[in-house]
Amino acid sequence: MSFFATPQSMHFPEVLPLQSGASLRDYHLAYETYGTLNADRSNAVLVCHALNASHHVAGVYAGQDKSEGWWDNMIGPGKPVDTDRFFVIGVNNLGSCFGSTGPMHTHPDTGEVYGADFPVVTVEDWVNAQARLLDRLGILQLAAVLGGSLGGMQALSWTLQYPERMRHAVVVASAPNLTAENIAFNEVARRAIVTDPDFHGGHFYRHGVIPKRGLRIARMIGHITYLSDDVMNEKFGRQLREGLELKYSTQDIEFQIESYLRYQGDKFSDYFDANTYLLITRALDYFDPARVHGGNLTRALARATAKFLLVSFTTDWRFSPQRSREIVKALLDNRRSVSYAEIDAPHGHDAFLLDDARYMGVMRSYFDSISKEVQP
Amino acid sequence: MTEKAAMQALARLVPTGSRVLDLGCGNGAMLDYLQRERGCSGYGVEIDDANVLACVQRGVDVIQLNLDEGLALFDDNSFDVVLQIDTLQHLRNAETMLRETARVGRTGVVAFPNFAHWPNRLSILRGRMPVTRRLPYQWYDTPNIRVGTYKDFEVLATKNSLRILDAFGLQEGQEVRWLPNARAGTAVFHFEHA
Repeated sequence: MSFFATPQSMHFPEVLPLQSGASLRDYHLAYETYGTLNADRSNAVLVCHALNASHHVAGVYAGQDKSEGWWDNMIGPGKPVDTDRFFVIGVNNLGSCFGSTGPMHTHPDTGEVYGADFPVVTVEDWVNAQARLLDRLGILQLAAVLGGSLGGMQALSWTLQYPERMRHAVVVASAPNLTAENIAFNEVARRAIVTDPDFHGGHFYRHGVIPKRGLRIARMIGHITYLSDDVMNEKFGRQLREGLELKYSTQDIEFQIESYLRYQGDKFSDYFDANTYLLITRALDYFDPARVHGGNLTRALARATAKFLLVSFTTDWRFSPQRSREIVKALLDNRRSVSYAEIDAPHGHDAFLLDDARYMGVMRSYFDSISKEVQP
Repeated sequence: MTEKAAMQALARLVPTGSRVLDLGCGNGAMLDYLQRERGCSGYGVEIDDANVLACVQRGVDVIQLNLDEGLALFDDNSFDVVLQIDTLQHLRNAETMLRETARVGRTGVVAFPNFAHWPNRLSILRGRMPVTRRLPYQWYDTPNIRVGTYKDFEVLATKNSLRILDAFGLQEGQEVRWLPNARAGTAVFHFEHA
């Protein structure tokens, strides 16, 4: 049984300048906290979320079945990131559709729903917004920033934007930037959304419709890339959805995998916002801290002073071990403290959200050692 | 070779305050010792999950890597000392890794089971592969895929233009400097690239 989580919201009347040159003002950040901030405020851990997650990292909502946070297996009392010792903060990023100011909210200047007019936000912008939340919570320095996938990019960016405000960075199943193939997958997903007749250039709210067809296809392609060939074969193989006879139909669902992908797509299109999907995949595409250093990641990471733990999974082809090793190499070149675990797990990119004894063991041990540095 | 005396004998080859890379660092005991007792810093490299976990538990920085894939992560001369303690005998590409050790480190320390130790010779004379405390495996299930002798390593070191700074045997944690090829279960070489 998990504990109860309570979502909170912080209002920021001031202007947040964005990397693009645009800005946001009068915005909200949704967040949750678990555990207790210690007397010298040194035990705070910030958890950054990936594409379709939120500030609801751990615990359950009272009276709601199946409302576990997205990393509830990792974070909580007695869990690898132990909330009996750490004060854990989950924060929802700007542009999201789960509580923080996003495209479905009202633009304070125009009084209209942002829609497609919500400014492009980057990983760096998110980190700046998260830092302001910490200011307001009275936390000067984090014990650690933790994230997987796109969340790992935020943790990495934290080490470059606010090196003095953190002691450890835990970067799981992530990358120093996206490869062309990775951007290509994002682009297919975006085209599926943008070409949906219900998209209306991003202002579909005015028309009272949702580009669900595009969202479904975006989710289907995303989902394929989060799994491995092996795990898909093991789970679905060539199983037919019903019976043993082929239907010889081009349009009916024939195979179990088709049924599964359609189900995932349907579910996703019921709760996710199309503009948010575009914004977040763009933030993924744009992240590239080495860019301003001529592509030299070693020079880019010279600013980082945090101690690092990196974890990758052997069957993750979307954020492959090779990409994590690039970060490790850049840290080694800079003589930074870094440990790296390459977990031989079959589940592809999804592995970072699943229970694997070796993965959980490394995370638990690393956070144990961090907890020894902070006052109880 | 986990005995404390042997570890200390090897640690003496690592100058105080060195930046150390420990290839095949096991549970991280050696690096832990060097960090605590000799003010060293550095990283271990391990392939085994349980050993990686043990290193993280004791706060030793560890990189999980298969040494047979090489040391591309590490720059030339980026460490004062590179250790290969009871590692060489497990490597498919032992010679390449010796060269890599010399490339990455200003100096290297290699320790491995000396097959020419007299009990092993005796066993061979009887017609059987040795099974001893130092080499506890049967020939058909041993992880020690490279068996060599103290003298063999001298030849390999010369072939790869390594300058031997010091060499000795280790037996029961004691240095063996007289007839080490026959009298020591472990061969130890401290070298730099010429």
